[in-house]
Amino acid sequence: MTQSVVIQVGQCGNQIGCCFWDLALREHAAVNQKAIYDEAISSFFRNVDTRVVGDGGSISKGKICSLKARAVLIDMEEGVVNEILQGPLRDVFDSKQLITDISGSGNNWAVGHKVFGSLYQEQILEKLRKSAEHCDCLQCFFIIHSMGGGTGSGLGTFLLKVLEDEFPEVYRFVTSIYPSGEDDVITSPYNSMLAMKELNEHADCVLPIDNQSLFDIISKIDLMVNSGKLGTAIKPKSLVTSSAGAFKKRQEKPFDAMNNIVANLLLNLTSSARFEGSLNMDLNEISMNLVPFPQLHYLVSSLTPLYTLADVNIPSRRLDQMFSDAFSKDHQLIRADPKHSLYLACALMVRGNVQISDLRRNIERLKPSLRFVSWNQEGWKTSLCSVPPVGHSHSLLALANNTCVKPTFIELRERFTRLYRKRAHLHHYLQIEGMEESCFTEALSSLSALIQEYNQLDATKSMPAEELPRLSIAV
Amino acid sequence: MSIVTVQLGQCGNQIGFEVFDALFSDSHCPQGLCSKRENEAYQASCKERFFSEEENGVPIARAVLVDMEPKVINQTLSKAAHSGRWKYGQHSCFCQKQGSGNNWAYGYSVHGPRHEESIMNLIQKEVEKCDSLNGFFIIMSMAGGTGSGLGAFVTQNLQDQYSNSLKMNQIIWPYGTGEVIVQNYNSILTLSHLYRSSDALLVHENDAVHKICAKLMNIKQISFRDINQVLAHQLGSVFQPTYSGEGSFHYRRNPLGAFKDPALYTSWLEPVHAFSVWKTQRAFSKYEKSAALVSNSQFLVKPLDTIVGKAWNMFASKAYIHQYTKFGIEEEDFLDSFTLLEQVIASYCNLGF
Repeated sequence: MTQSVVIQVGQCGNQIGCCFWDLALREHAAVNQKAIYDEAISSFFRNVDTRVVGDGGSISKGKICSLKARAVLIDMEEGVVNEILQGPLRDVFDSKQLITDISGSGNNWAVGHKVFGSLYQEQILEKLRKSAEHCDCLQCFFIIHSMGGGTGSGLGTFLLKVLEDEFPEVYRFVTSIYPSGEDDVITSPYNSMLAMKELNEHADCVLPIDNQSLFDIISKIDLMVNSGKLGTAIKPKSLVTSSAGAFKKRQEKPFDAMNNIVANLLLNLTSSARFEGSLNMDLNEISMNLVPFPQLHYLVSSLTPLYTLADVNIPSRRLDQMFSDAFSKDHQLIRADPKHSLYLACALMVRGNVQISDLRRNIERLKPSLRFVSWNQEGWKTSLCSVPPVGHSHSLLALANNTCVKPTFIELRERFTRLYRKRAHLHHYLQIEGMEESCFTEALSSLSALIQEYNQLDATKSMPAEELPRLSIAV
Repeated sequence: MSIVTVQLGQCGNQIGFEVFDALFSDSHCPQGLCSKRENEAYQASCKERFFSEEENGVPIARAVLVDMEPKVINQTLSKAAHSGRWKYGQHSCFCQKQGSGNNWAYGYSVHGPRHEESIMNLIQKEVEKCDSLNGFFIIMSMAGGTGSGLGAFVTQNLQDQYSNSLKMNQIIWPYGTGEVIVQNYNSILTLSHLYRSSDALLVHENDAVHKICAKLMNIKQISFRDINQVLAHQLGSVFQPTYSGEGSFHYRRNPLGAFKDPALYTSWLEPVHAFSVWKTQRAFSKYEKSAALVSNSQFLVKPLDTIVGKAWNMFASKAYIHQYTKFGIEEEDFLDSFTLLEQVIASYCNLGF
């Protein structure tokens, strides 16, 4: 079994990361009742004897002593990381695996990428090497960050190049929070555009998520709970809605609920690699199956259940509803319309008591309403993991490589152009050493090239699938 | 005469377990519907073929388990040990930490050479335990990365090292509508390589077995376990001891007469050469009467043609090729595979009646 290391960068990245570790602990606690340190837990946690000073404390087998997250926490401000280290998860993090500064990146990609990048490069390398050393077989880096700010966006993407050079064999999965239209950070289009170029060039797989979608999902959950509809009570143990086991008041911290959803995405993404099932799906299979061409590695994710029902034993009809939901816009973590765009590939990762016949029945049922590219008409990748998420009997994560991400990128380009045309706030960037106008124009061409790739694929949508002539053989 | 089984990848190992379980259950079935002497001869023969003895009497499957990640092998070993009736050898597995990522090239070009020595040593050990080796039975899927790629590599090695022994590959043909998106690539690469090194390819299609579960057995929520058990039942009835040769039939009507119809066979093949019967008095798996048919026919042309067509279509767009070239499988290797398989399809199609 392999291990993964989570690198959480910036305020957003660290807040989501924190939710993730909380959920991961609770999931493993629910599954692993005997508190034995097994291979599933070792994928994300080390087992450490805290009495031992220095590095020698790792325990590879036997009872769980103290679990340490395989994580590196990076932020150029101290607020969020300090809060984490004083909160209930403080013992889960290795205090040596942090990189912080005081001044922050000022919502400036250039500060994050160029200034802090060069300042902290050595330290970053050191911490990463350390995490890798603690792994028996490191398979994946999960980077969590936002695109709109300065640290997550700038330093987070600086990291990608470092990872690619230092650990070329290890996959780089990036969870990126894209800014919504009404973002309060004026320079977010610049930051996002500059970050996109790095994602294009150095990420293996990107899961774009936008705040608006998360917000819509949370609002819907609230609506369903407050409407008092019979049978629509949210299960208290569900990891989707609560992060402290108890029902939290939505008004207190809206971002917490939103971050939980992203954390759930990561948990479900890795479940088939961690736990057993009749059709396993390892992390390296995600990239293999869903990335037909290296540059087209943006995956739209949708998660069910989100608006949970109180029934535990969901009969077959409701199971099918789960599959339908996964293809509805309400369950997507990014605003997009995959049903009216072109699928390049689609993965269905199922957890719980779902069998191959359920999977097949639903694929047959949903296939006619979805458009797949001509050379991948049956482009489905499926996995069955026996272990359901906590508080549910089953769940489904759908990952789609679909041209529906194009509008998100086009909108980003438009917002960028509106600012760039007026050269607004540009001096904040250009005054940073290493930054030139070419950085902006190159980022713009990189994104335009990507949009063009999607355009070309979309153009094939209306064309009938040709029967290509086969090799003719002399018999 | 013993058979050494090599189970590769998740599919191979999951099926392998069910096969040994079916063989064991059948051979230890108290109601053989035959004489005691006959039953004992049957049991001894089955045992010799598929199991070896251990000190405390628990039979050990003559099998080598190979997978590039540990979860499935661990499960398989514990399922067998739990049953208490038979088990796998303690040192009969080869396992790694990181799977093949559904990548045939990774299974064949990376895992293969890297672990060649260890795997072949394990097989050698198993062979040495046999008084006389009949051949190898390799269980693998075509769609994934380990069963398919590493399976092809291992079969090639077996051809080199044990050229006088029979090699039969049990291949699992994936569902038409994907389990794995690159399954068609993996399949054509597997088949073209196996054609050069295997003696016989025994094919089971997931779609076909699924239909059996749904329509014949009326299973509502079909799991892979159900599918694997049907498969194991079929394989069991093919492998269990029988006697060859003609003899008087004990059945009232002769259902096998239909197979003597010359229309079934090509012009250059006489029914008497094309059709062979093996039978035994001893019942299989408690069925009073049962029959298994293994055939070499044009039946597989359509599925083969479909897979080649889909793979060709995808190849024309060059989709996913970078994942293979990364590990040393180039476009020429794909073209070689296509050429070979088109020849196979053409040969089967041109069997004139």
